[in-house]
Amino acid sequence: MSDRTAYRPNEDGVLNHYVNTAGWDPYYREPMTAKQQRYATASQWRIIWWKLSRHRLAMISGGILLILYATIFISEFLAPYELNTRNTDFIFAPPQPVHLFHEGRFVGPFVYGYTQRLNMQTFQREYVVDRTDIQPLRFLCSGDRYRFWGMVDADLHLFCPAEGGTAFLLGTDRLGRDMLSRIIYGARVSLTVGLIGIAVSFTLGIVIGGLAGYYGGWVDNVINRVIEIFQSFPQLPLWMALSAALPANWSPLLVYFGITIILGLVDWTGLARAVRSKLLSLREEDFTTAAQLMGAEPRRIIGRHLLPSFMSHLIASATLSIPGMILGETALSFLGLGLKPPITSWGVLLSEAQNINAVAITPWIMVPVIPVILVVLCFQFFGDGLRDAADPYK
Amino acid sequence: MFGYIVRRLFIMIPTLLAISAISFVIIQLPPGDYLTTLLNEARARGESADLSYINFLRETYHLDEPLVLQYFYWLGGIFQGDWGYSFEYNLPVTEVVGDRMFLTILLTFATTLFIWVVAFPIGIYAATHQYSLGDYFFTFLGFIGFAVPNFLLALVLMYLANVYFGTAIGGLMDPSYIDQPMSWGKFLSVLEHLWIPVVVIGTSGTAAMIRRLRANLLDELQKQYFVTAKAKGLPEGKALVKYPLRMSLNPFIADIGGILPDLISGATIVSVVLGLQTTGPLLLTALQSQDMYMAGSFVMWLAMLTVIGVLISDMALAALDPRIRLGGGATK
Repeated sequence: MSDRTAYRPNEDGVLNHYVNTAGWDPYYREPMTAKQQRYATASQWRIIWWKLSRHRLAMISGGILLILYATIFISEFLAPYELNTRNTDFIFAPPQPVHLFHEGRFVGPFVYGYTQRLNMQTFQREYVVDRTDIQPLRFLCSGDRYRFWGMVDADLHLFCPAEGGTAFLLGTDRLGRDMLSRIIYGARVSLTVGLIGIAVSFTLGIVIGGLAGYYGGWVDNVINRVIEIFQSFPQLPLWMALSAALPANWSPLLVYFGITIILGLVDWTGLARAVRSKLLSLREEDFTTAAQLMGAEPRRIIGRHLLPSFMSHLIASATLSIPGMILGETALSFLGLGLKPPITSWGVLLSEAQNINAVAITPWIMVPVIPVILVVLCFQFFGDGLRDAADPYK
Repeated sequence: MFGYIVRRLFIMIPTLLAISAISFVIIQLPPGDYLTTLLNEARARGESADLSYINFLRETYHLDEPLVLQYFYWLGGIFQGDWGYSFEYNLPVTEVVGDRMFLTILLTFATTLFIWVVAFPIGIYAATHQYSLGDYFFTFLGFIGFAVPNFLLALVLMYLANVYFGTAIGGLMDPSYIDQPMSWGKFLSVLEHLWIPVVVIGTSGTAAMIRRLRANLLDELQKQYFVTAKAKGLPEGKALVKYPLRMSLNPFIADIGGILPDLISGATIVSVVLGLQTTGPLLLTALQSQDMYMAGSFVMWLAMLTVIGVLISDMALAALDPRIRLGGGATK
């Protein structure tokens, strides 16, 4: 009953009520915890990073991509053989697996040697594993000579075959060239094709989509129609037609740039659409109106307010369209319309696996497809994570 | 509905004109034309080229005139059913292409059907069993399907089909049926060969469709009308089929426009690998030998096929969804 008596009128008939005697500060706000403080003052990119780092699959994929891209700086060092070394005694040799133990005894990483014989019935070279021939791998050793980055002569490799032995961890191709080394070298071209291509399509997408979104009206209409027309072209036939039109007398390097530009030229429409729709919706936001009322020029509004607020989203969708380009290059090179030897990309390597013999007799020729799948998957997962992280409403 | 179709048909005209212009640019892109190639080849063989023949071709196809005029001659020819001349085959383009276009359409149609049939039950399963093992499995399968290059999948499947089913390698039918009149046996043979390209081309489209259906259905499953239907005691299965499923059907029609270019792209490369008698291999050889009228016509036909496919899917969507045929004009 005691709590009730407190609020009963006293003898004078005056109601007893609670009064806080502490002074009242009208400007008082609840203090933020250190964590909230950090979040509130963090830049947009920092928030994206925090969100992304919680996305485990995306982080792993990003890590793998980072490692793969790092290898293209030191391909020559990582590859056990030089790109064009022909081991004419070992044509279409199957992969030599790395062993650690020989008859239960620890030897360290080694491969068993091959003895080769020609099967006179099928005229196939047959390789028999010679269990007595132990060839330990050497590490940080001197092997095939190469020109590092085409400038410095060197012969240091991460690992090489034993003296006089072989180490074809992924087998050899029809000229006896080591597949592993060729895949490592091929990464240089295959991984950069997507980046240059996306740079082209990104620039086109931002400029054209920006024009449509900013000017609106008939410009927007015309650009939209053009985008629709481009999108109704099946991509691959268009790529094929354009790359077939590259002059035959171009140097391999020029062809490489030509192909990347073609990949970008056909691909920009999706990005332009994204830029346009984002610009259109952001134009109506309060902060744009506020900036306009404060007298900011259109250039400042676009550059300072609009562009940063959808850049993260754009980068995410750009990441998602890189795998399409890598697959596109692979398909073009496979058909012989894209890059051609001596330039080595994963697609060029795969073009050797064009007939059924490759699947039936020398399946290791198809190994370059594994890095292709890996890279495409990684970009996909990483892009998905990035898109989720860049979405401020999630 | 009628007004909507007429409007759509009118929009198609400038689109098709623009497509023809781009195709013509592609025809003209390579330096020189087929005639210079012909001359060079004759010179390389040490023969003197038949100049009168070359001049005849040059005359007929107006190869001396300015590009813009050439374009209009070409376009005018198309309206009269003349798609130009395949210098490689020494035949009008239409004659070379005829059957192959039909097979391309058949292949695309079969693939679309495959995508629907496969994606529909799996999408429903994935949505109603969200985060289950099956859901993860199909998502993963979809990613793999996207990442594996089409042509390699085709090669491997062809090999496996040969080893396990004894299917003859390559082609769209058994070699003994080629150039034979249509018969039951031929039909079965086509079916036996068709599944490989259909599965290969359809994989990534199926994955995309499953994800769309799953996302749409998940949204619908949270809506109140579904909760109400269940609360009223409607059996789960009936409530699902009767309401949310209908709502999430739209992507099946609407996305055809989006995946059709991908299907045709996929069909091109897969046909080259499998040696199908569709347009793909022909396009490749035409491009390699710079038989540009043929290549240009191909690119144009494939684009037209896409545009018409999109039109059909739009019309079906309008028939299905009143919001589209009624709102379409107002929002533009």
